[in-house]
Amino acid sequence: MAFRDGPFENIKVPLAWTAAVVVVVAVIGAVVLLLGDRTTSEGGSTMGAARGGFEAAAGPVGGVFAAPVRWAGAARDYVGGYFFAIGENRRLKAEIAELRGWRDEAIAQKNINGRYEAMLGLRTEPPVPMATGRAISESRGPFSNAKLIDVGSAKGVRIGNPVVTEHGLVGRVTGVTGGVSRVVLLTDVASRTPVMIERTDARAMLTGDGGDSPRLEFIRGSGSIKAGDRILSSGDGGGLPRGLPVGVAAKGVDGAWRVKLFSDHGAIDYVRVLLFQSFGQLVSPNALNAPPLAGLSTAPEPSAAEVGAIRDAAARRAAAQQAQAERARAAAATPAPTPAPAAAPTAARPAVTSPRPAASTPSPAPVAPSPAPAPAPGGAA
Amino acid sequence: MRRPVAVRVVGPLQWIVYPALLVLAATVVLGTPLQLFGLHLPEPVIPMILAFAWPLIRPSMLAPAVLFLIGLFLDLFWNTPLGLWALCLMGVYGTVLLSRNLLAGHEGLIRFGAYAACTLGAFFLAYLVVTMRAANAPAILPLVGQVVPTLLLFPIANWMLERFDDGDIRFR
Repeated sequence: MAFRDGPFENIKVPLAWTAAVVVVVAVIGAVVLLLGDRTTSEGGSTMGAARGGFEAAAGPVGGVFAAPVRWAGAARDYVGGYFFAIGENRRLKAEIAELRGWRDEAIAQKNINGRYEAMLGLRTEPPVPMATGRAISESRGPFSNAKLIDVGSAKGVRIGNPVVTEHGLVGRVTGVTGGVSRVVLLTDVASRTPVMIERTDARAMLTGDGGDSPRLEFIRGSGSIKAGDRILSSGDGGGLPRGLPVGVAAKGVDGAWRVKLFSDHGAIDYVRVLLFQSFGQLVSPNALNAPPLAGLSTAPEPSAAEVGAIRDAAARRAAAQQAQAERARAAAATPAPTPAPAAAPTAARPAVTSPRPAASTPSPAPVAPSPAPAPAPGGAA
Repeated sequence: MRRPVAVRVVGPLQWIVYPALLVLAATVVLGTPLQLFGLHLPEPVIPMILAFAWPLIRPSMLAPAVLFLIGLFLDLFWNTPLGLWALCLMGVYGTVLLSRNLLAGHEGLIRFGAYAACTLGAFFLAYLVVTMRAANAPAILPLVGQVVPTLLLFPIANWMLERFDDGDIRFR
């Protein structure tokens, strides 16, 4: 029996009712999605697969729209370069004159710093490799501040990597596909970045709220901040390297401390992703838990030349000790006349002391320095 | 003899699919990272036009389903919590659908008032959800910066209503 022949033949459901049913189902679906979309411990999303698939498709589309903008910007700069060449030249000359002093000071400071590091045996942070990318799409609303950039896992980008411009820190990577990455900016409402005030070394938490200048919260210490202080990344927690420039402190109209971001100084077009991993990830737990002098017992075997030098030094030292003992014995057996002692030490001293530096200093040299470099690669790797 | 008149049928393709595609394209274009004189492109919630106009034009099963997908698109494109804009747009659609008999026939200021109320309600819902999820309230200024451009889109919603409301002669 067909449906139209049945008892429901004359029943016509109003269109509004069917639409309402779809609305209710869609609302339930949206709520379920909202509850299921959580942030993972690395900073990604539990819906990372769906987001990644979408971004892999949206990246090239955004690139198509971003390309003409970039070309237009390049053309404007090219034409503007001709019109403002003289003023630009004057400005650059003045800037170079100012920077020369800073360059010399930087070289001197680098030299002094290197000597201090060598004296103190400091293990400085290893250089961080970078990947350069371009912004191809962005969202700027109050609920999200993020960008899509055209570098991904193919270039080594991982979730959590910090992103910087030539001015300063921009944000962190929260999603990665092969060729596209999602960067959540410092201004995003969900962004929290541990920072420090350069002048006082006080710690604070930079909290985005969708506006251009994120808030500073949990500022440690009273009077530790004033307007104009430079804010840097503190590196606490290991998510970011220490010392990345973030911005300048300023008092907001609401009375809260805010940060004028350095990255606002120019359009965030080209960005660099720091392929940074926290030291907790870089160092294996075994290397961290090793005793400090473990390197002494794990020195490599000496080479043939080193063995020869060691034996030679040991033989010289033994001969010198033997000669000194014999002289002492002879001196004890026959009491010398009064003028003789003056001549004896002078004659004996070169015989004893001259080989000593050669005998004593080389002996630890092949042995002691060789274990010293051994823990360094293990500790830094 | 009377000449046959060509009957133009306004089907779902005309009032649902094409506008939806246009809205998505406009959203993607406005997502371009362009900065002129220190100002960015505006970022209105363009699908708000559809969420307001579609239930007034005609109740349909296809329209809310497409609107739901558009909401998911916004969430993925803007990196907002998945389901946020889908929920807000469906809220607007459901509200207008329920008050359809009330709004039908009104024009001008009253229609704009309804559009503004729906837009503000959707943004209020989004604000609540984001605040609860992030444990941090978004600033008001950027919120205004998105609400105002969305309100300025009312003429397009109004044009859609004039163009498609009762446009299908089979429903006359």
